[in-house]
Amino acid sequence: MFALVAGIYIHIPFCRKACYYCNFHFSTSFQIREEMIQAMLKEISLQAAYLKNQSIETIYFGGGTPSALPTENLQQLLEEVKTNFKVIGDAEVTLEANPDDITVESLKQWKEIGINRLSIGIQAFQDELLTNWNRSHSSAQGLSAIALAQEAGFGNITADLIYGGPGLTDEDWLSNIQRLVDSDIPHISSYALTVEPNTVLAHQIKKGTSSEPDDELANHQYEILQAKLKEAGFIQYEVSNFAKPGMESKHNKNYWTGAHYLGIGPSAHSFDGVSRQWNIANNVKYIKALESGEIPFEKEELTKTQQFNELVMTGLRTSMGIDAQRIAILGESYTSYLKSEIQYHMDQGKIVINAEGNYSLKPAYYFFADGIASDLFFVEAAPETDLS
Amino acid sequence: MKNFRNFCVIAHIDHGKSTLSDRLLEITKTVSMRDMKAQTLDNMDIERERGITIKSHAIQLYYTRPNGEVFTLNLIDTPGHVDFSYEVSRSIAACEGALLLVDATQGIQAQTISNLYLAIEHNLEIIPVLNKIDMPNAMVEEVTDQIIDLVGIPKSDIILASGKTGEGVDKILEAIVEFIPPPKGDPAAPLQALIFDSVFNSFRGVIAYYRIFNGTIKKGEKVRFVNTGNEYHADEVGVLQMSQVPKNELSAGNVGYIITGIKESKEIKVGDTITVAAHPCKEAIKGFEDVKPMVFAGLYPIQNEDFEDLRDSLEKLQLNDASLVYEPETSIALGFGFRCGFLGMLHLEIIQERLSREFNQEVITTVPNVSYRAYTKRTGLMVINTPNDLPDPTMVDYIEEPYIHAQVITKPEYIGAIMTLALEKRGNLTHQHYLTTTRVELSFDLPLAEIVFDFYDRLKSISRGYASFDYAPKDYRKSDLVKLDILLNGEPVDALSSLVHREKADAFGRKICAKLKELIPKQQFVIAIQAAIGAKVIARETISAMRKDVTAKCYGGDITRKRKLLEKQKEGKKKMRQIGNVDVPQKTFFEVLKLD
Ligand SMILES: Nc1nc2c(ncn2[C@@H]2O[C@H](COP(=O)(O)OP(=O)(O)OP(=O)(O)O)[C@@H](O)[C@H]2O)c(=O)[nH]1
Ligand code: SF4
Ligand SMILES: [Mg+2]
Repeated sequence: MFALVAGIYIHIPFCRKACYYCNFHFSTSFQIREEMIQAMLKEISLQAAYLKNQSIETIYFGGGTPSALPTENLQQLLEEVKTNFKVIGDAEVTLEANPDDITVESLKQWKEIGINRLSIGIQAFQDELLTNWNRSHSSAQGLSAIALAQEAGFGNITADLIYGGPGLTDEDWLSNIQRLVDSDIPHISSYALTVEPNTVLAHQIKKGTSSEPDDELANHQYEILQAKLKEAGFIQYEVSNFAKPGMESKHNKNYWTGAHYLGIGPSAHSFDGVSRQWNIANNVKYIKALESGEIPFEKEELTKTQQFNELVMTGLRTSMGIDAQRIAILGESYTSYLKSEIQYHMDQGKIVINAEGNYSLKPAYYFFADGIASDLFFVEAAPETDLS
Repeated sequence: MKNFRNFCVIAHIDHGKSTLSDRLLEITKTVSMRDMKAQTLDNMDIERERGITIKSHAIQLYYTRPNGEVFTLNLIDTPGHVDFSYEVSRSIAACEGALLLVDATQGIQAQTISNLYLAIEHNLEIIPVLNKIDMPNAMVEEVTDQIIDLVGIPKSDIILASGKTGEGVDKILEAIVEFIPPPKGDPAAPLQALIFDSVFNSFRGVIAYYRIFNGTIKKGEKVRFVNTGNEYHADEVGVLQMSQVPKNELSAGNVGYIITGIKESKEIKVGDTITVAAHPCKEAIKGFEDVKPMVFAGLYPIQNEDFEDLRDSLEKLQLNDASLVYEPETSIALGFGFRCGFLGMLHLEIIQERLSREFNQEVITTVPNVSYRAYTKRTGLMVINTPNDLPDPTMVDYIEEPYIHAQVITKPEYIGAIMTLALEKRGNLTHQHYLTTTRVELSFDLPLAEIVFDFYDRLKSISRGYASFDYAPKDYRKSDLVKLDILLNGEPVDALSSLVHREKADAFGRKICAKLKELIPKQQFVIAIQAAIGAKVIARETISAMRKDVTAKCYGGDITRKRKLLEKQKEGKKKMRQIGNVDVPQKTFFEVLKLD
């Protein structure tokens, strides 16, 4: 069987400003920050049994903007996790941080409470773009943030970049990649700008004040990204994630390999191998429920077929590929179904069997991972209906 | 028998037949208040969702007169839409009378007239009902006058009613008993029962609905179907109430069902006569005229191997829809399928939906067309039901297309707009007749091909709903037609070919290419769409290649949502058909003609 590793995700639902493209769950009002922390602390203790005593290898503060919280709040949450769970000694503890929150002082504090990995939301080094997206920081802040973090002794740093959006030329894009490469950080995540429903960006496009991201451009800039980072010694281990050898995000990798995780905070998702559950995405309702001792969540039990589909979907996105062992556990019929369905894509040279013995998508086809995944999905036939 | 009454409810679409039937069921306590819902008789899902009646529905009621006398009433609720008028005509054959409903807010409409004449031709006693009088905009006086003019009866014979409030329903029941004659016939004579409808039930086999004209049908007896000559054991006979109620026997004048254990749909035919094998009747009752389909389209299974299943489903569906006709055909693009005839586009849509819902058969429908006649130099007349049957132009002497005679009833202020539309559709006005000062009837001769596709919707919109429309086939006329082919990446797709009038070919070709561009999803390569007449390309569009389908982020919170999205996408893909190397969604062929 598998070494059971598990992770904890802590969702901090506050941001200083709303980025125009973002549809994560957050609020720009910090007024109920204290109540929120209390509620989250309570949720942690209520969920102490969720991961069935598995060792916790990773803790991830995401959001929202966790770096916008006072450090003592982060510390409280971490302590509560450690009290209720078996956290291993060298656990990966990541904090998402926006450049404008990164100072000598904050870095020192984070280090003290045990944060050992930073995920910095750089996005771009063009002030005009940052303003267009309503980011809370400048390009200069982005550059100095990385340097400060390194000086403070954070070696394990990742930064985010956005491509494929209107206004980002190929020259801009090349120089953004180059800057991160030059800064010598060991991990980069990069996302195509997407238009999510109910965002300012979606509204602007509808009104015609912003143009739609162009898939052609996104594809082209993605190819630049892949080539540049390969050249710089990064390994692409997922559609949007690149790392120097050994520096992958353990936490994120767990999502794609079917490991169990517990999500704390409004909108956070949890997975225990057979069911998925997600907390309500509403700060006030979340707090109210926890004040009365209840966790407000919805839950879905995964059928074997759904588990299969998820393994295919996430597996295709990673260099590890579709985990053959896990598929086998679901049953022989799934293995043989996959084998017969995937042949077409293998014949087309899009999918290969990798060193681990798994089917994996060639990086050149990552941009079509969703379509191929849905091709391979198993959908149960609709039940026979009777005419009576 | 003197206490039996058989009648149907007929009207223009939406004039309230099914709602008034509800009140009749209610007042006679045929349905308990608890089981009552709006349009109870519309029991098919499609009927309930669309709010229209598609099938005639027969049901038996017991009515107790104020004097205590009890009557058995067989009611048949019929559809109003022109595509289903064959249902009306078969129902009429089982009845002695008809309630003719007229919506007091709408007045006489095109199908009010056509259904009335159907009933009169069959010597039915007509009871006119002015319905929906509860509505504030009811035009009681005006519509009463229209009815007097049309039916030629005294004002006092028109019943004012509301299917909503139940007002007048007691009077309707009394009129049914008073005016509709009891059925004639001799219960002791040899059995003659006319099958007017049937349905396939997966547990019980074929169930036939009939009206007995003479004789008695008994459970357990051996019966013979006169036209097919087949004999069966009457396993169960009974009457149609909210459910089927078994009886030991039914006699002349009654309406009922029979189950004989027939599993093969082919063995039974609507319009056949049932008799008793031991004392057969001398002759069959005159059945129904075969319906003439108005529109033809190919139906193909999405997976080739489902062809036999599709045949089986069509057979079963035909039992319940005697107006459906089909024969096998092949298409280069789609493989083996059936060329089917329909009474109109709504009928086509309903068949497609019923195949999916009732038989789990997803089908691809080719571009619909009407039936043409080609006169060739060598072989003479050829009937062309699919564009691919059209011989090479050099072989053809001339082609004829079907024309219809259409009646449009409208308000005088819309005459201009309707004439313009008719002209655009290559029609000509043959007659104009004022029914009253505010209602005018326009008659046109129009090519059938021009009206089956979007005429009705256009008519409704230009007249703001104040125009109704009815038509009947008239004749065939010479026409300058060309075959328009569609090519995907250079490959002609026969299922998308159509026959069009030469003058309209360019515009039509451009529209069809644009519409295909909308309907076919981007794929990993560029797709060229071309419309061509012979070797000459007259329109083209390009679908650019898909360059990305993945979303960049997929962390813990995204997985469920994304899986569901892709599962849905997969369902959609199962409904695509590969033509050449292009994936074409199921609905494309049918939707492509919805041009505006
Ligand atoms: N106010 C009012 N509305 C009515 C009355 N009768 C029917 N309706 C409404 O008119 C619409 C059509 O009613 P139906 O009973 O479905 O009409 P129909 O004649 O059976 O329609 P088809 O079978 O499709 O031809 C529905 O929305 C009814 O609620 C009535 O007497 N008064
Ligand atoms: S800071 Fe991050 S979470 Fe907050 S709005 Fe911007 S992108 Fe979204
Ligand atoms: Mg109805």
